[in-house]
Amino acid sequence: MAFEGQGFGEPRDVLCEVVFNSAMCGYTELLTDPSYAGQGVVMTYPMIGNYGICYEDAEAGHPWVEAFIVHSVSGIASNFRCDIDLDGYLKSNRIPGISGIDTRALTRCLRESGTMRGMLCFGDQVDRDEMKRKIAAHVVPNGVSQVSIRKPRDYGNGSVKVALLDYGTKENIIRSLTRRGCTVRRFPNDTPFEEIKAWNPDGVMLSNGPGDPQACVKEIAELKRVYESGIPTFAICMGHQLMALSQGANTYKLKYGHRGINHPVKELKSNRVYITSQNHGYVVDAGTIDSSVAEVSYISMNDRSVEGLDYKNGRVFSVQFHPEACSGPLDTGFLFDRFMDLMGGGRV
Amino acid sequence: MSKISSIQKVLIIGSGPIVIGQAAEFDYAGTQACRALREEGVEVILVNSNPATIMTDGEIADKVYIEPLTIDTLKKVILKERPDSVLPTLGGQNALNLAVELEESGFLAEHNVRMIGTNADTIRMAEDRELFKEAMARISQPCAESEIAETVEDSLLIAKRIGYPVVVRPAYTLGGSGGGIAYTEEQLHAIASMGLHRSRVNQVLIERCISGWKEIEYEVIRDGNGNCITVCNMENFDPVGVHTGDSIVVAPCQTLADKEIQMLRSASIAIINELKVEGGCNVQFALNPESFEYCVIEVNPRVSRSSALASKATGYPIAKVASKIALGYTLDEIENEITKKTYACFEPTLDYCVVKIPKWPFDKFVHARRSLGTQMKATGEVMGIAPTFEAALMKAIRCLEQNMFDLTDAELDGLSDLDVSERIHAVDDRRLFAVAEALRRGFAMEKIHSVTKIDRWFLQKLQSIIAVEKRLANEPMSKELLQKAKSFGFLDETVAKFSGISIEEIRGLKEKWAIRPVYKMVDTCAAEFEAETPYYYSSYGDENESRPERSRKKIMVIGSGPIRIGQGIEFDFCSVHSVWALKKLGFETIIVNNNPETVSTDFDIADKLYFEPLTPEDVWHIVELEKPDGAVVQFGGQTAIKLAGAIEKMGIPLLGTSFDSIDEAEDRERFDAILAQCGIPHAAGRMVFTCEEALQAAHELGYPVLVRPSYVLGGQGMDIAYSDDDIREQIGIINTIAQEHPILVDKYLMGTEVEVDAVCDGVDTVIPGIMQHVERAGVHSGDSISVYPAQSLSKQVEDTIVDYTRKLALALRVRGLLNIQFIVKDEQVYIIEANPRSSRTVPYISKITDIPIVHLAVRTFFGETLPEMGYQYGLQPSKSLIAIKMPVFSFEKLYGADVNLGPEMKSTGEVLGIARSFEEAMIKAFQGAGMHLLTNGNVIITVKDQDKEEVLPIAKGLCDLGWTIYSTEGTSNYLKENGIPNVRLNKVGGDAPDILDVILSGTIDLVINTPSKGAEHRRDGFLIRRNTVEAGIPCLTSLDTANAFLRCVQHVEDTNLSVVDITKVSSFLVFL
Repeated sequence: MAFEGQGFGEPRDVLCEVVFNSAMCGYTELLTDPSYAGQGVVMTYPMIGNYGICYEDAEAGHPWVEAFIVHSVSGIASNFRCDIDLDGYLKSNRIPGISGIDTRALTRCLRESGTMRGMLCFGDQVDRDEMKRKIAAHVVPNGVSQVSIRKPRDYGNGSVKVALLDYGTKENIIRSLTRRGCTVRRFPNDTPFEEIKAWNPDGVMLSNGPGDPQACVKEIAELKRVYESGIPTFAICMGHQLMALSQGANTYKLKYGHRGINHPVKELKSNRVYITSQNHGYVVDAGTIDSSVAEVSYISMNDRSVEGLDYKNGRVFSVQFHPEACSGPLDTGFLFDRFMDLMGGGRV
Repeated sequence: MSKISSIQKVLIIGSGPIVIGQAAEFDYAGTQACRALREEGVEVILVNSNPATIMTDGEIADKVYIEPLTIDTLKKVILKERPDSVLPTLGGQNALNLAVELEESGFLAEHNVRMIGTNADTIRMAEDRELFKEAMARISQPCAESEIAETVEDSLLIAKRIGYPVVVRPAYTLGGSGGGIAYTEEQLHAIASMGLHRSRVNQVLIERCISGWKEIEYEVIRDGNGNCITVCNMENFDPVGVHTGDSIVVAPCQTLADKEIQMLRSASIAIINELKVEGGCNVQFALNPESFEYCVIEVNPRVSRSSALASKATGYPIAKVASKIALGYTLDEIENEITKKTYACFEPTLDYCVVKIPKWPFDKFVHARRSLGTQMKATGEVMGIAPTFEAALMKAIRCLEQNMFDLTDAELDGLSDLDVSERIHAVDDRRLFAVAEALRRGFAMEKIHSVTKIDRWFLQKLQSIIAVEKRLANEPMSKELLQKAKSFGFLDETVAKFSGISIEEIRGLKEKWAIRPVYKMVDTCAAEFEAETPYYYSSYGDENESRPERSRKKIMVIGSGPIRIGQGIEFDFCSVHSVWALKKLGFETIIVNNNPETVSTDFDIADKLYFEPLTPEDVWHIVELEKPDGAVVQFGGQTAIKLAGAIEKMGIPLLGTSFDSIDEAEDRERFDAILAQCGIPHAAGRMVFTCEEALQAAHELGYPVLVRPSYVLGGQGMDIAYSDDDIREQIGIINTIAQEHPILVDKYLMGTEVEVDAVCDGVDTVIPGIMQHVERAGVHSGDSISVYPAQSLSKQVEDTIVDYTRKLALALRVRGLLNIQFIVKDEQVYIIEANPRSSRTVPYISKITDIPIVHLAVRTFFGETLPEMGYQYGLQPSKSLIAIKMPVFSFEKLYGADVNLGPEMKSTGEVLGIARSFEEAMIKAFQGAGMHLLTNGNVIITVKDQDKEEVLPIAKGLCDLGWTIYSTEGTSNYLKENGIPNVRLNKVGGDAPDILDVILSGTIDLVINTPSKGAEHRRDGFLIRRNTVEAGIPCLTSLDTANAFLRCVQHVEDTNLSVVDITKVSSFLVFL
């Protein structure tokens, strides 16, 4: 399957895993979300770049997507906060993009055939067979170690100490905590538990991140010890999957993932439905959860897959979606308050 | 939660007649709601005074009361039907107001009727300015600084404090009626006094003016469990200052980053939670384009025009979901009808852009002020769907059917740059084109932005369309360029216009380069899930998703486009019924239409919906893909009829009457020949092309004459001319509407006007009934009070009408519907015109006679005869009831429009009065139209000389009842001479107080004024009538109407008004 269009951003060939996102806004946050490392993202919304890029909306210091695939790029960046236009931003960060393609057709293709590997190739003369060979040989790298911080870094100056295990954290997770009066120390993904414990945190936060959770063997091993420690722990996305794996559950890959900001989840206790921001290709297998260890707290209203777990020890809870939003609805921000309560701390 | 079992029988209050600010969207919402409730086994009792609606069909509700929407009616219906609940959120502002009034009176509680959906407290909190402000303050949602005033003096004080300019918003009114922006004390004085007068509770809000901010809307849904979702957000092309109903609106928002989007989304949810709405709610915000500052403009705790637009823009059926919520369901229990795989508790995501453009009536009201502000003026709207704003906008422009197909306006061609610069300052319906012209001439975008405050993003999009225009003009044609132009929404003829290449050559190039549109699905989820809905729009992408059905025969139905004066909701009624009839016959149905407010564009009416402009090219592409076995044009009004020739040329058989026959009825010479052949008399007439020819024709025929363009609807451009001056003025006006067709000049006959709708099967006709107009010939049939059955025709005249109808139907080879208007004068029957298509009266006459006219017409297409369907040829026996159709106008909203009735149609909607006696039916009709039938009061009577004798009995009748008559010199003297006491008023501009002062003083209850001819808008009569309607006083400009009014007030006190369930019409005794 080939789509032809016009290049923008950096004119560079890349191999990636191709996924689609159905959000109609929030491309700055998306581009900079480390969970997209290694992925080429197709925007289902056709007009992208309308309000340019606002640096303060970024989820990391630079974009993490491998390639950006859109129907059309705005000829103007119109917003009072705009710092740079989309094309300029991608160019300065050496990210390639392609526009002018039938993104709906591509999305339907991904929906039917599932997430697939792909290649963005620049130039008029493209050797398609060569491309196919490269795509076939492409191995999606383990993303977590690639995107995590190299050494610990501190944020905020609050009374509650939170150790954040960075599997590719979005900065709004950090902002959501510091805003509630936390000091956050961001640790590299494979930090041994002793090191975390030595800092004496009130709680542990497990972040989002890219790739296959089962590949994170070392991280999973450390999480077993975090769990056993009884330190209050809140996990999001990849963190949620890793914690589940550490407690004997399994994960599997979804056909084409959940990526968008319109995903309904239901809180089973209250029967309340919330609209959430989601970005994941893997999911915890409900059938493998030991009911003496954890119970499902949230499910997806679209496919009934697991969207949250409450652990029976009362110290750990996790969600598959993104309560920190950015982009997306702010409806589930109360989960951070719940974490604060669990740590015995205050709230905003 | 699930359905509340005690809800068994629900009363739904409709929205009444179509007026500016309240159009077809409530028929769409109401119909969807009725169907949703009945799906749940709930019995639906419907009250709506508008007979043209689909919701008032016996198939949609269990009991249907086409009765005036008054408290009295509702009480009677409640007592008769004993519903356990009332659902007030589907009938617009009117229904909300009525429900609150019923609740406040204690009547609902007394009769154990609960309000479901949204309760009275919520409605009060959203509608009462003070309560609303308090509620917003509780949840820290900012509103524009404002204060409520109950007097003009208060208003001035408040404005002084807030600072000018200020916005004046009357409480509890519709479409911003009576509001406006005041820049000076003087203006505020005028606007506030009007607003106070209009408001049901005599309150106006004086508000800080935030015009120029971005206007953003959210459609939110909440269920009884507190689950909230936002269905859609929308951004106005026109910044705050133009009523959202008059704004070009885009969905989704385009210029907001996620931070702003989520801020406003969260605010919407906080608001709907605080108000505890259970159902749909519309929240409007103003957003400062230079900061995160915003304020809440308005909240509507009900379905609305915006929710209809949001439903069509996303595919999410808001009214249906809201109704299920009202029954107790929660969002997670309601299936998403589109995907059938997901639930209603998700937020639709679009992978295309939607542009709505309002349809304004300024082509009908050439003297009306075209400026746009807080008072809505549009009668309808269209929507374009495409992957880009450019293409969606271009589509929407051509949906408007105003002879414009792109961003150019021929009127601007000759203007100097200075003139164009002035035009972009004028906030009116033509601003879009003026802005485009300015960009085309190279005006700086920044300059245009600073004048108009239209976001630079929109301006840049216009710029990019213009760039394509210029490339077409300057570059040799290439595949890339043609592809680009097509993907930007240029028609072939637009490409031809700019490139200078012939249209045939362009079509050849398209063929050669394989440039053709594909069709994409509106699926609520941007292709994330497989969807089942057959709702499509065209796009120049790669993949076509619309798979033509090949196993069944299929028929394409052409819809009627935007609601406008002369082509209203009736044609949507006919289109929808034709689809249902075709489905029943086993055909696959395809509908093509572009009006987001209507039932016909609901996703589950036809088997397939193409949401597209109705031009030959747009239809051709659909035909090319679908290859339908036939097309139906006779139900979609003039919009569809105009396509008849083009469709026949495409090789698609027209079902029913052929294009040739349609042309025969429209073409004067051919029609005259047919009439001669049938021996049917008609007023003598001529067909002319120039003013000189028109004058000559008038002299030959003798004044007065009727002057009108051919091939138009609703008598557009038609008027009676009494002199050469009148002719010159008329021809001038006609020529401004780009008339390619000849102009007709006919001798004007003054007699009784009679109308029939007939069905012809090729053998003979069935006439469900004869309608007689109250107003004499000369008043457009759409503006006349129409009485079924005809009251004063002799048997011989009736027989002649039946005979002529039959002869004409056969001579024109009609298959299906035929509408004919006759004049009866001295027992002679003359024909005025014949239209071989559906008409305005079809819905009403079908309902009242219980004869499914549209269904019969459809079956005749396939060779069935009427007797085979169970109907004897000829005039059907009358029902023992009287049904009176009363026109409803929206004059108060159109400054500068003259309100006098004439051959050009001016009404926007209609109501029906049904009863066993003429008086009772007429009383109901007047009440339904909003007239108070006072048995005494103050009336101003000023009539032209020719009418003085005729007005005498009316004046005497009113006087005898105890009315006080006021009048100006001529009429006053005449009345006095004839023994009718009256109070003499000074003429316009005379010593104070003059007649206008008296009208505005608030003591007058009725004005009867017949206009004198001439360049009359400059005359006093115009000022009198304008001031009357603007003061909210009924103004009767035909003595026939005045007579009917008198007859009603004479009987109103001793008439006990019944309520009639029209689903039981068939059980009314038939008398022969």
